[in-house]
Amino acid sequence: MENGLGIPQTIALFGASSEIGQAVIREIMQVGVANVVLAVRNQASVTQFKDELQGTYPGVNVSVHQFDALEFESHDGLIAGIVTEVGDIDVAVAAFGVLGGEPCESLLATDAVQVAQVNYTGTVSLLGALAGQMQRQSHGKIVYISSVAGERVRRGNPVYGSSKAGADAFAQGLSDRLVGSGVTLMIVRPGFVASKMTAHLKPAPFATTPGAVAVATAKGLKSGRRIIWVPGLLRVVFSVFRHLPLPIWRKVAAKG
Amino acid sequence: MNANRELSRLSGWGNTAPSMCHVVDASGLDTIRAAIDESNARGVIARGLGRSYGAPAQNAGGTVLLMTDHGDSSIVLDHMTGLVTADARVSLERLMTELVPQGWFVPVTPGTRQVTVGGAIASDIHGKNHHVDGSFGDHVVKITLLTSEGDVRVLTPNESSSEFWATVGGMGLTGVILNATFKMIPITTSRMRVETSRAENLSALMAAMQDDRNYRYSVAWIDLVAKGTRMGRGVLTRGDHASLSDLKSVDESSALEFNPKTLLSAPPIFPTGMLNKWTVSAFNELWFRKAPARVHESIETIGAFFHPLDGVRQWNRLYGRSGFVQYQFVIPFGAEDTLEAIVQKLSAENCASFLAVLKYFGKANPGPLSFPMEGWTLALDVPAHGGRMAAVFAEVDELVLRAGGRHYLAKDAHIRPDAVVRGYPRLQEWCEVQQRMDPRRMWQSDLARRLRLTTG
Repeated sequence: MENGLGIPQTIALFGASSEIGQAVIREIMQVGVANVVLAVRNQASVTQFKDELQGTYPGVNVSVHQFDALEFESHDGLIAGIVTEVGDIDVAVAAFGVLGGEPCESLLATDAVQVAQVNYTGTVSLLGALAGQMQRQSHGKIVYISSVAGERVRRGNPVYGSSKAGADAFAQGLSDRLVGSGVTLMIVRPGFVASKMTAHLKPAPFATTPGAVAVATAKGLKSGRRIIWVPGLLRVVFSVFRHLPLPIWRKVAAKG
Repeated sequence: MNANRELSRLSGWGNTAPSMCHVVDASGLDTIRAAIDESNARGVIARGLGRSYGAPAQNAGGTVLLMTDHGDSSIVLDHMTGLVTADARVSLERLMTELVPQGWFVPVTPGTRQVTVGGAIASDIHGKNHHVDGSFGDHVVKITLLTSEGDVRVLTPNESSSEFWATVGGMGLTGVILNATFKMIPITTSRMRVETSRAENLSALMAAMQDDRNYRYSVAWIDLVAKGTRMGRGVLTRGDHASLSDLKSVDESSALEFNPKTLLSAPPIFPTGMLNKWTVSAFNELWFRKAPARVHESIETIGAFFHPLDGVRQWNRLYGRSGFVQYQFVIPFGAEDTLEAIVQKLSAENCASFLAVLKYFGKANPGPLSFPMEGWTLALDVPAHGGRMAAVFAEVDELVLRAGGRHYLAKDAHIRPDAVVRGYPRLQEWCEVQQRMDPRRMWQSDLARRLRLTTG
């Protein structure tokens, strides 16, 4: 539960090594939050972030939980374990995902299936488990970090783009399903984000930063938005992109 | 399962942190038992008139039993002893309306009459007479409780001491209080003999309160906005029930008249931010000036002396849609420096609290979760939209806990679980009794979950 000052008591980050995820937590953290849960595949990768949170917010309880997006059957148990340890989850941020390699000669990246599994099936599985728990609580906020890459899939990253498209569509349906339950789900659609995940890529137009995504996310949570775009202009850009005739779209997309 | 039943939005009197609950009108024992049988894993909590400021009487995703008196709940008075047995859902207002004309007053009343007997016990409420008479639980001789097993148990301070005292101040987490027997105070008139005086700053106010023992009722209003040499200035009101000889103009036949009417009602939509440091500081100036510079004696009605805010129905709306937070702590005698530091801090922060209240508490009772203990208690309310209050409260919390003080759970809206562990040294003892009384973990509330009271 949020307390009387509107401060969530427990915030959980899934994919806790994600730069965007960490930036969102930094932005929504405040004095009065009791617990932060970091769920991550490689626990050692969040030691520094954990220390940072405990240093900035004395007395906050930060716990690290093992989370692998591909171990679908473990997700329910993970959520149950978190709830047993710290109580209701007030805000959950799902920031995990993989970009995958560039398409190779044989059309698809060798890790294509895994990318699809992490980004799509993993999201379906985890958000489903989270929504189930929050529906029992009758309160809670889920933030799903999507991507504009799913809005119209480019030839450059068909696996990543389509997996995000599927997960984003799933999140939209789930968000509608939760209306009236006391639980909300907000979808965040950033454009190209300069981070370690994209360090090897050339920045696309309208590139943004983890910090900017975090600020927009915190604002969206406060005002109860369902979908936000970062930067906001991308909403307009993609409503045009979506309707571009194919030959033109191919040319536009080839530039990114 | 009630997964498909309608959810209703409930919040406390502060209008903050609302949650969606399955609300059941618990009109009788059968209805309560049925609601318990149909409840889900999120459990059940009883709710009286919803005057706790925070979240002890709501239960997100679970069941809330509305214990509403439709005017037919029983009140039985023994005229010889002054012992009254009342249904848990009876309000203090109804007790006063029926029993004041018969010459009996409730043993303890908070700043409102709109609390139920069940709520008074579960929060172990206190009033202006704590330094003399203790809290509500001190006057209770018997509690009838419905346990999570469905049994009706009778608890008394002697035969079932640990269960009785776990229920007094137990925030409804030991069972549903069905009725209680407690001792009323005999009175000869319905008026109060009141002495009002002004103190120019906090030390003068605290010095003046040293002789509180000579008065049955005492409370000080304190101006948290005033600064410098006037910091902590206040108006002290003390008094006792007036005797017939104190009343000059009232004839004997109307000496016990009691009229609980409200004067006006706050409109439903008040803009957020109406109460800010400027309006509050203007109000405080007026309030202070209104009080006579010299000690002044007067005769007041029960309502005017004890429940001035009951005159305005729904006064909580004055804080606008975002609501307000109440904050009350007690620190032991000897920690006056800490109290001064806290008042200084709140004053420096321009804490826009109107009607902050300072009081001197008497001895604690045996309830492990009962709030009052010997020392100074300060209560204040602030708008919930103030961005800095979380940080300010966090600092004040630490000062309170370091001085060996604690927070009032019936008002709390923000503390973290460790503040209860540190503030209530007998918490573990309470948890053991609570778990013994509720092995099924049936009794749950948003407050209990936030403060981890029932998870061991």
